[in-house]
Amino acid sequence: MSPPANIPAGQEIRLNVNGQPKTLRVHPMERLLDVLRAELGLTGTKEGCGEGECGSCSVLMDGELVNSCLIPAAQANGATITTIEGLTLDNTLHALQESFLNCNGAQCGICTPGMILASVHLLARHPRPTMEQIREGLSGNLCRCTGYTQILEAVRRASGHVEAP
Amino acid sequence: MTTNQPIIGASVPRKEGRDKVTGRARYVDDLVMPGLLHGATVRSKIPRGRIRQIRFGPGVSWDEFVVVTAKDIRGKNCIALILDDQPCLANGVVNHPEEPILLLAHPDRHQLWKAVDAVSIEYEPLPAIFSIQESEQKAEIIWGSDNIFKTFLVEKGSLDGIWEKAAHIVEGEYFTGAQEQLYIENNGMIASYDDETGVTVWGSLQCPYYVHKALMAVFALPEEKVRVVQMETGGAFGGKEEYPSMIAAHAALLAMKSKRPVKIIYDRAEDMAATTKRHPSRTRHRTALDAGGKILGGEIEVTMDGGAYATLSSVVLSRGTIHAGGPYHWPNVVIRTQAVATNAPPHGAFRGFGAPQTLFAMERHMDRIAQVVGVSPVEIRKRNFLRPGMTTTTGQIIRENIDLNSLLDRALELSQYHAKKQRFAAENRSGNIKRGIGIASFLHGAGFTGSGERYLNSLVGVEGLADGSVRVLVSSAEFGQGTNTVLCQIAAETLRLPYENVGIAQPDTGTVPNSGPTVASRTAMIVGSLVRSAARGLQQTLLQSGSLRENYSPEEFRQACKNHVAMRGECKSYSRYEPPPGIFWDDQRYRGEAYAAFAWAVYVAEVSVDLTDYCVTVNDFVALQEIGRVLHPLLAEGQITGGVAQAVGFALYEKVFWQNGRMLNNQMTNYIMPTSADLPPIRVFFEELGNVHGAYGAKGIGELPMDGPAPAILNAIEDALGVPFNFIPLLPEDIHAVLSRLEKPTEGIAAD
Amino acid sequence: MRSDPSEYELVAPGSLRAVVSLLASEPGAWLPIAGGTDLMVLYAAGKLSARKLVSIWNLPELRAIEVLPGEIRIGAGCTYTDLRRNDIVAREFPLLASAAAWTGGIANQNRGTLGGNIINASPAADSLPALLVYGATLVLVSARGEREVPYTNFHHGYKKHALAPDELIRTIRLPRNFADYISYSRKVGARRAQAISKVCIAALANVRDGMIKDARIALGSVAPVPLRLTETERLLIGKKPGPQLAQAAAKTVIAQIHPIDDIRSTIQYRAAIAANLIAEFVNALRSQAEEK
Repeated sequence: MSPPANIPAGQEIRLNVNGQPKTLRVHPMERLLDVLRAELGLTGTKEGCGEGECGSCSVLMDGELVNSCLIPAAQANGATITTIEGLTLDNTLHALQESFLNCNGAQCGICTPGMILASVHLLARHPRPTMEQIREGLSGNLCRCTGYTQILEAVRRASGHVEAP
Repeated sequence: MTTNQPIIGASVPRKEGRDKVTGRARYVDDLVMPGLLHGATVRSKIPRGRIRQIRFGPGVSWDEFVVVTAKDIRGKNCIALILDDQPCLANGVVNHPEEPILLLAHPDRHQLWKAVDAVSIEYEPLPAIFSIQESEQKAEIIWGSDNIFKTFLVEKGSLDGIWEKAAHIVEGEYFTGAQEQLYIENNGMIASYDDETGVTVWGSLQCPYYVHKALMAVFALPEEKVRVVQMETGGAFGGKEEYPSMIAAHAALLAMKSKRPVKIIYDRAEDMAATTKRHPSRTRHRTALDAGGKILGGEIEVTMDGGAYATLSSVVLSRGTIHAGGPYHWPNVVIRTQAVATNAPPHGAFRGFGAPQTLFAMERHMDRIAQVVGVSPVEIRKRNFLRPGMTTTTGQIIRENIDLNSLLDRALELSQYHAKKQRFAAENRSGNIKRGIGIASFLHGAGFTGSGERYLNSLVGVEGLADGSVRVLVSSAEFGQGTNTVLCQIAAETLRLPYENVGIAQPDTGTVPNSGPTVASRTAMIVGSLVRSAARGLQQTLLQSGSLRENYSPEEFRQACKNHVAMRGECKSYSRYEPPPGIFWDDQRYRGEAYAAFAWAVYVAEVSVDLTDYCVTVNDFVALQEIGRVLHPLLAEGQITGGVAQAVGFALYEKVFWQNGRMLNNQMTNYIMPTSADLPPIRVFFEELGNVHGAYGAKGIGELPMDGPAPAILNAIEDALGVPFNFIPLLPEDIHAVLSRLEKPTEGIAAD
Repeated sequence: MRSDPSEYELVAPGSLRAVVSLLASEPGAWLPIAGGTDLMVLYAAGKLSARKLVSIWNLPELRAIEVLPGEIRIGAGCTYTDLRRNDIVAREFPLLASAAAWTGGIANQNRGTLGGNIINASPAADSLPALLVYGATLVLVSARGEREVPYTNFHHGYKKHALAPDELIRTIRLPRNFADYISYSRKVGARRAQAISKVCIAALANVRDGMIKDARIALGSVAPVPLRLTETERLLIGKKPGPQLAQAAAKTVIAQIHPIDDIRSTIQYRAAIAANLIAEFVNALRSQAEEK
């Protein structure tokens, strides 16, 4: 087996990831998901489907929830990205992380990073969401383990909202 | 942090929970190694045939690739399981679409698909079969001498004269389709090989020792030269029970040939098309009843489609067979079952493992019986429920104080069944939204059937570490259900230590004993019991060594442990499974005590059907079950809600579209699983009768919730529409097709 | 991921002018990519034949919603989220707002664009029937200048459209004529979220003195392109809504549509549901008209 020719990656991009500025050399069509996982070693963001259906690759890009498997690196140039790793500050868990722990919102855990970021995004826009709003806000994140019940409860509790489900 | 707080029965923090919510948990694709190659699989494009020629096409620098074929296999070219008929790599013949033929590896994973596409294979196709009917017709024999993997016959009492005596005879035929496990993490494995240490694999899997056994066979290596390590696993549900042995063997073969570590991660399309699914089934009932609707006896015939190779079909069939009679008393019954071959990728384990199929049939059939006899679905069940002292279809005596009548009554109350049924009947007279409510009552046996646990011969360890903490040693895999947490709870409670002082080793066959596979809802009950006895053994060791007094404090325990390890080098205690006395199972006649314990349940589903679009919405769901002992309330609830959600998918959404044995809709966009917007709040309730055979009284619960929802929902739909549906998944298109045929019986509608 | 990123070029010139200039210099060589929610799926599946892409994501000239007295002008680069967050769209173009809310989940709504939906030209696209009934006009731009095409003339076959190889959609113009109309929309999919339509309807009616003065109805997923039901509209105009009219209208549907059997649904189901949705629309008109 002979070693392959090395094709140098084509473009320099600058990102802010979890508060840290990063300059990378990438192929412009590399997926943001792969940039995060392979180039930056941030493996908290997961690939579940590669087609923008399951949401396990969700990150926040300039404050908006996006599926990183569908974003070419060149389009993330200049963006501020938050991944699951960026939620914990100084070893202190984000309120949603605490709540997911307390409510058993994470079973196998593979959907959890995306699910938590989707919840962060939801609560930023609807600090006191109704159950309906929580369901809608998370409807792009598939979970196969929980049936969603304990996830919805985790988000409800983190929001401090006491509306009946 | 005191031992006064109860640990069993408390919702203690999940052991690996923090890692999961912070993204630190390490799944196989998160692991990188120096020199890693990426692997891919070239698969059959036809359902059956002989391989004439394999060509490596232009446009690829083939000298950069490692190529593995069946010829590279040093040991046995098979994935050892039960019948050992499934090749690791096809050798001249293929029997299903997606069958693996050869393997490729390359340092740059982006080069792999181009290479896979550049391999062209010429086949001489052979006639292939794709349905239970075709398989039974035996016009084409594709497996063995008669296409039959396995049969079972259960006989109890006698059917002589029963049909003549019967006031009612009710027949029915019920179908269930294939279902994809759809764990959100695809199958993946990393393997390394060297002549000294042999094969090591790290992967997403449920059963480290199944993989271990399979690798030993493929590589002709002794047990100490194979090591299997379970990584954090992103969902499994049975889909990673037997399949990981295949992908592990593939990665290891590439590692052996290249002398580099190799990672194979399937993408969603490959995982869905190539790996196992739930066995499709057909169940036929013919039941004799007295005037009041009591079962006099009957015949139950079950056929399951096993796909192209035997793999686990015999065991799936076994469980389906034993559960076919439901929670009812059959004074006389003949149950004939078979698993047959078709040219599809082999079907395999999926939560419930045969029971969801036959219990779907039984519970639909009960409602049918109710109608014919002229009593309510509630009454028909009450007249036939098993009671303490009665025997099951296999002759197992119900020894515990289960009162299914009162379990049913409680479920009816929780769901407001009677009031709603009445209200819906009135409201359904007008309007386009028809509502209904339906029941399913069922049971699920935990652990391996009959002598299965004896055969598994599980071994569990509990050890004291140098720092004085305790560690559980099991091969039981955590994949979301809470194994790590529950086994630590059991050890901590037994040792009277704080939960925080007990941990659990990563399942690594180099370190942990074989406590059996993580399947069959056996972990809390059976492995948990062994954890308890191993923990007691550890306790005894320290007490007897004189360094610990009877009423020790956690600190004293910690010190005693430290000392012991310092002096002796280690402090381990093992416990091996011993079959409980008085449990007899006849494997030939399929009679006796099939399971050490049954959990019992009644589920109630409330649905609405919108006749504008024929879509079914589940509006409310009550899941009530007796499970021995609730070891961890949140985890237990999570198992039930998750299982119910999957079963809602099984009933209403998850259809596999087949074309010549291949799954056409192998994407998340067109294989439909429920989102958060599709499910109602699932209301979970428990009862606890204890279980002498389970740790702290626990029974298994992982698979139970898969059995009830589908029939409860279809019973509710019939209540709403007044029309029976006897197959799942039941899509709006199906409801429309049946209803419109009823409105216009003379107009033909193209068959599905 | 079945494609090799090193084989693809993606340039992001950053302005509309620069993009159309590039397209003009090599017509057909560069594939515009906006939010990527369609193209990146093809790419990951190894099915994207284009190798050179030009990003039109977040171009300021394409991502504004301009409100004028007689019309609104939606930049083709507006995302579904942009549409959902706009007050005028919510108030005066509710069919478009609801279609935006149905498309994918939140993450895909944050990236998918209206222009992308039009160009991708899926017969099942959720927002296209709304554009038909609102009488949209597309403003197309190239280095050669701008031209307008009524949206109803834009698609001429399954996944075929009137865009020249050097053109982009710049704006979608919607006349503000429908504030008084009753609107009705419904999507029927395989599940309640993240589903591709089996049938979807966007419908408007102007009801005065209990009589239908104007009706505009479009369906998705029942033909190779989004479909205006002109026969049904003709039947309805000048009549009073009621159950009999609803039934009559439902019967006109089958002759106008061409549903197919595919992986998502069947001919019979689509036809039946399309008819049901029309009936539901007409019945809704009656109750809403009574409220006026």
